[in-house]
Amino acid sequence: MSTGTAPAITIRGLEKSFADNHVLRGVDLEVAKGSIVALLGPNGAGKTTLVRILATLLEADAGTATVNGFDVATLARDVRASISLTGQFAAVDEVLTGRENLALMATLRHLPDTTAIADRLLALFDLTEAGNRRVATWSGGMRRRLDIAMSLIGEPPVIFLDEPTTGLDPQSRLEVWAAVREAAASGTTIVLTTQYLDEAEQLADRIAIVHEGRILAEGTLATIKALKPAPRIEYVERHPSLEEIFLALTAKDPS
Amino acid sequence: MSAHFVTDTRALLGRSLRHIARSPDTIVSTAIVPIIMLLLFVYVLGGAIRAGTGPYVNYLLPGILLVTIASGVGYTSYRIFLDNQSGIVERFRSMPIARSSLLWAHVLTTVVATLASLAVVVGVALLMGFRSGAGVLAWLTTVAVLTLFTLALTWLAVIPGLTATSMDGAVGFAYPLVFLPFISSAFVPTATMPGPVRAFAEHQPVTVIVDGVRNLLAEQPVGTDIWVALSWCAGLLVVAYGGAMLTYRHSQLR
Repeated sequence: MSTGTAPAITIRGLEKSFADNHVLRGVDLEVAKGSIVALLGPNGAGKTTLVRILATLLEADAGTATVNGFDVATLARDVRASISLTGQFAAVDEVLTGRENLALMATLRHLPDTTAIADRLLALFDLTEAGNRRVATWSGGMRRRLDIAMSLIGEPPVIFLDEPTTGLDPQSRLEVWAAVREAAASGTTIVLTTQYLDEAEQLADRIAIVHEGRILAEGTLATIKALKPAPRIEYVERHPSLEEIFLALTAKDPS
Repeated sequence: MSAHFVTDTRALLGRSLRHIARSPDTIVSTAIVPIIMLLLFVYVLGGAIRAGTGPYVNYLLPGILLVTIASGVGYTSYRIFLDNQSGIVERFRSMPIARSSLLWAHVLTTVVATLASLAVVVGVALLMGFRSGAGVLAWLTTVAVLTLFTLALTWLAVIPGLTATSMDGAVGFAYPLVFLPFISSAFVPTATMPGPVRAFAEHQPVTVIVDGVRNLLAEQPVGTDIWVALSWCAGLLVVAYGGAMLTYRHSQLR
C-alpha cells in the first residue's frame, strides 16, 4: 500500500461514546488514494459514527483522523472542501426537480455554469428523462443515483457513501452499484459502509470489518475470505442467496 | 463569517422559496385564522365593542396583522424540523458552505411568506371597509416595524425547529404566540382590564407595536411609541438571533 503517496484517510485510535454507549473503541485505518474501501458490519457496529466523524459532523472523544491530509478536528473547513457525504437516507430535495438539485449543489460548491454540470450528470446517471420532474415522483433507486451524482459535483477527492443500497430492491441496487463504479472511475477515493458482504465484494478494493466499535480485520477480499467468519458475518452472508434467487426469477433475459 | 455567505444564502433561499411557490397553501393557511378573527370581531363582537373613533376594523387591523405574523412564523420551525429529518442538512453541513446560511435562508423565506400573508389580510380588511389616509412614509414605517417583528419571532421559531424531537413539538411553539395579542390593546383598549392583566397588557411588546401601527395608519402622532416598538422588536431580535445561533452551534456536533 505504501507507494510513496500519502493515504487519503488516516485514522488513529478513534474513540466515541454517547453517554455510556462506547460506539467507537479505538479505530485504526488507512485508506489509500483512489481506492474503494468498504466498511462492512451489522447495524450498530459504529460505521455511521465513523463516517460522521470523518465528514466533520461529529467530534471524536479521542484519537485523530485526517482526510486528504487535513485533520478533521482542527481543519474541518478544509476537510469539507475535500469530501462529499451521501448519508444513510437519500439526501435529496424532493420538492425540487433532479436538475434543480444538481444545480443547487453546483452553486453551493461555487462552480460556474451549473446548468451544464447538471445536464452532464443527468446524462451520466441515466436520469435525463426524469430530470425536470420533482424528485418526490422518483423511485428509490433513481433518488439514490441522484444522491451519488450530487456527491460528484465539484470532484471532491474523497466520497463517503453511507449504506448506499439499504432499502432498495435488487434491481435498484444493481443500478446504484453501477453509479458507484461510475464515481470511482475518475480516481476518487470512496469509503462506503454496508451490511452486505456481496456489496463489499462487488465494489471494494479493500474491506474493513467493523464490529462493536473496532475494526476486526482489514484487507483485500482474498485476505478477508481466508479468515473464519464470525457469527454476525454469517447472518450477512445469507442475504445474497435470497437475492440471487429473486434476480434469477425476475430476470427478463438470461444475460 | 464566510466569504460565500451571501451566495450560499441566496442559493438556499432560492431553494426554500421554491418550496413555498410550489405549495402556496402555507401563505393561505397563515392568513386564514387572522381573516376568521377579523370577520368574527368585526361582524359578531365588534358591534358591542367601544374602541377608537372610526370603524372598528380600523382599530382591529393592527392587532390582526400581529396575529398573522404569529401564525406565520411557526412554519419556520416546521421547515427546519423537516429538513433535519431528511438527510439534506447533513449533506449541507458536510459541504464547505457558510454555516449560518441555511438558517438565514429559512428565516428570510418565512419573512417573505409572512409579508405575502399580511398583504392578503390587508386586502380582506380593505374589502371589509378598512380605510387609511396614511402617507407613503407612514406605510413604509408600518412595513418596517412589522418586518422587524416578523424577523424577531422567526428567529425565535428557529429554536424549537432545531431542538424539537417531534413535529408536534416543533410547531406547538407558535400557538401561544397567537394569543399574545388578546392580552394587549389589539382588540379592546386596556383601560377596562383588571389591574394585573392591565399591567401585563400595557407592558408587553404587542401593545406598543399595535398602538404604534394603529397611530401610523390613523394619521395620528406616533410620539415615542414607535421608537419603543422598534426597540422592543430590535431587542427581541437580538435575543432570539443569539439564542438560535447558540442552539445551532450546539446542535452541530452532537
